[in-house]
Amino acid sequence: MKEQNKKEKNKMKRNLFLITFLAYFIYIIYSYVFNISSGIEIGTNLISFLFSMSRILPCAFILIGLFEVWVPREKVEKHFGYQGGLQGYIWAIILAGTMAGGLLVALPVSSALYHKGARLSVIFTFLGASAVVRIPMTLFEASFLGAEFTAIRWIVSVPLIIISSLFLESYLSKEQFSVK
Amino acid sequence: MWLFYLTGILLLLSFFFDRSKSKKAIILAYRRFLIIIPSFLIMLILVSIILFLFPQEKIITYLSYGSNMVNIILAALVGSITAVPGFIAFPLAGILKDNGISYTIIAAFTTTLMMVGTITFPVEVTYLGKRVALIRNIISFIIALIVALLIGLYFGEVAL
Repeated sequence: MKEQNKKEKNKMKRNLFLITFLAYFIYIIYSYVFNISSGIEIGTNLISFLFSMSRILPCAFILIGLFEVWVPREKVEKHFGYQGGLQGYIWAIILAGTMAGGLLVALPVSSALYHKGARLSVIFTFLGASAVVRIPMTLFEASFLGAEFTAIRWIVSVPLIIISSLFLESYLSKEQFSVK
Repeated sequence: MWLFYLTGILLLLSFFFDRSKSKKAIILAYRRFLIIIPSFLIMLILVSIILFLFPQEKIITYLSYGSNMVNIILAALVGSITAVPGFIAFPLAGILKDNGISYTIIAAFTTTLMMVGTITFPVEVTYLGKRVALIRNIISFIIALIVALLIGLYFGEVAL
């Protein structure tokens, strides 16, 4: 009975998703045909975002695939796992800083790291850092807002990210949580 | 573009050393990509609509109300919801600064913009689940507010 309810719910969710999706595209096509500015603008946004992502995502996923077949589990455990200690967080921050694509790429990367034995708090640090310390973005920020601005942002946010990741890890350790 | 070359070179090297392993890597990449497609589509729709609802001019007006606590939180909320890419956001922040908008407000806006992912939320849920994704973003929001306040303190805009 419960199982069936869940199935029904999932089916409803999927239908709702499909309807929204269709409505969205019909509106955009309709806008292009009848020249409605709001729909055209949304459509243009969609296309430009899709293009910029289609340049990054395939590469990112292939690199993740290569990582999964070539990097041995022990290596990840040693540097990103419980054995890594403080080193794990430093690696997580360096990796996040040099990576392209932001959270959208960081999420599948963190999933791959997690399944190779990385520690949860290192994963959360990596996710947090990928938003904060990306080097190209940071240089850009510093050139417009000044190096002091960027320096304070780093000095304040990085320790807070590590601390909150540790809290989140210990909070989740009481239950069976896993990254997909 | 460098990402493209890097991937190409590594993939070639991989095929050179072990064909079957490399094939496996491609299959894994493809499978992992399939997992995020539904949430990625939702994200695309969200981005296109949010970019339409919050054009630059609107963001500038939202951020120009002054810098008491309510406006700092408002700026942080605008930063959380909007989806301005970095190469537009920072020049925009530069313009805001030249227009005399405080560092505190700018920091609240840019830091939440980077740290709180409303548009990437569907993708995050796919990997972490609804609850953990929500907790993580709330923590990020709080950290961004702390950053903004300390930047304000440093530049003498916020008094203790």
